[in-house]
Amino acid sequence: MHEMAITQSVVHAVCDRMGDAQIRRICLEIGTLSGVVADSVRFCFDLITEGTPLEGASLEIIQPTGRARCRDCGAEFALNDLLVLCECGSANRELLAGEELKIREVEVMA
Amino acid sequence: MCATCGCSGETILEPHEHDHEHQHEHGHGHSHTRTVTLEQAVLARNDALAELNRKWLAERSILAVNLMSSPGAGKTTLLERTIRELGSELRVSVVEGDQETVLDADRIRATGAPAVQINTGSGCHLDAKMLAGGLQTLDPPEGSVVLIENVGNLVCPALFDLGEQARVVITSVTEGAEKPRKYPQMFRAADLVLLNKIDLLPYVRFDIEDFLDGARRANPGVEVLQLSATTGDGVADWYGWLRVRLP
Repeated sequence: MHEMAITQSVVHAVCDRMGDAQIRRICLEIGTLSGVVADSVRFCFDLITEGTPLEGASLEIIQPTGRARCRDCGAEFALNDLLVLCECGSANRELLAGEELKIREVEVMA
Repeated sequence: MCATCGCSGETILEPHEHDHEHQHEHGHGHSHTRTVTLEQAVLARNDALAELNRKWLAERSILAVNLMSSPGAGKTTLLERTIRELGSELRVSVVEGDQETVLDADRIRATGAPAVQINTGSGCHLDAKMLAGGLQTLDPPEGSVVLIENVGNLVCPALFDLGEQARVVITSVTEGAEKPRKYPQMFRAADLVLLNKIDLLPYVRFDIEDFLDGARRANPGVEVLQLSATTGDGVADWYGWLRVRLP
């Protein structure tokens, strides 16, 4: 359950950037191939943010799905997990989306 | 722009009808907020510390290798053998990560190598800050090798950069051949995969071709070495892999 540590990292990152500003809303991008379970982040968000400037903030999570480009045939394809091969049979692919783990934006009290 | 009080470039958290008279002061029941685009990596702080570790290690020409596996795959046994057999050739020290106990660090110290134990408590992985603390305590000499035994777990450690030069995933034939398919994130993060306990192959059902196919799907081109930390079969290839990475 690394989502506790991930959520703690969200708090650190926001405080590093925004200081003590009170956060009303936060928008995260957690790709479906990132290895982080969005529901688990939601589950522990209130607990982790208690007593921080993010306490009470609404949490929005955008979950980009996986896309890759085959390095052998050039085809682009969707992948639901990291085991999907290109239709040409190649595993040699470049991930274009799905591994995002970032804070897109925050809404702070003006 | 908010027509009520003239603030600009801001999001109104609680939009209201603007049909009221402007006879009041601010603080009239609605909140003003502004949206700030961050586009920042969630793990930015860990990644920055990892870069500091990497720089610290590079300045001292130290090779740091992060060893990750599920509990019981044989990490500590492999480290013990590695230190006993390479100890005269390489100066090896060890950072041990476990939730509790100093048992593994004691096993390593019994081989004569310096070791520091990091107990993560409820934490399921080492992070860059923990490694920095471990390196300070160990104070490894220039030109040496630091082997980092991460917390036994095939999920969480994959996400946290420690500042190591290489990541090694160890799995054993007793765990089953489907591990790369079940934990592709971990195998994708690996620079090297060690398949341990091959001395037990006659006694367990383990399809090596299926295992290699799973590893290739998760991480095309990843190097896989087969060995037994107990009997020593195949460990020469692991030592060779280490030697060519020495700074």
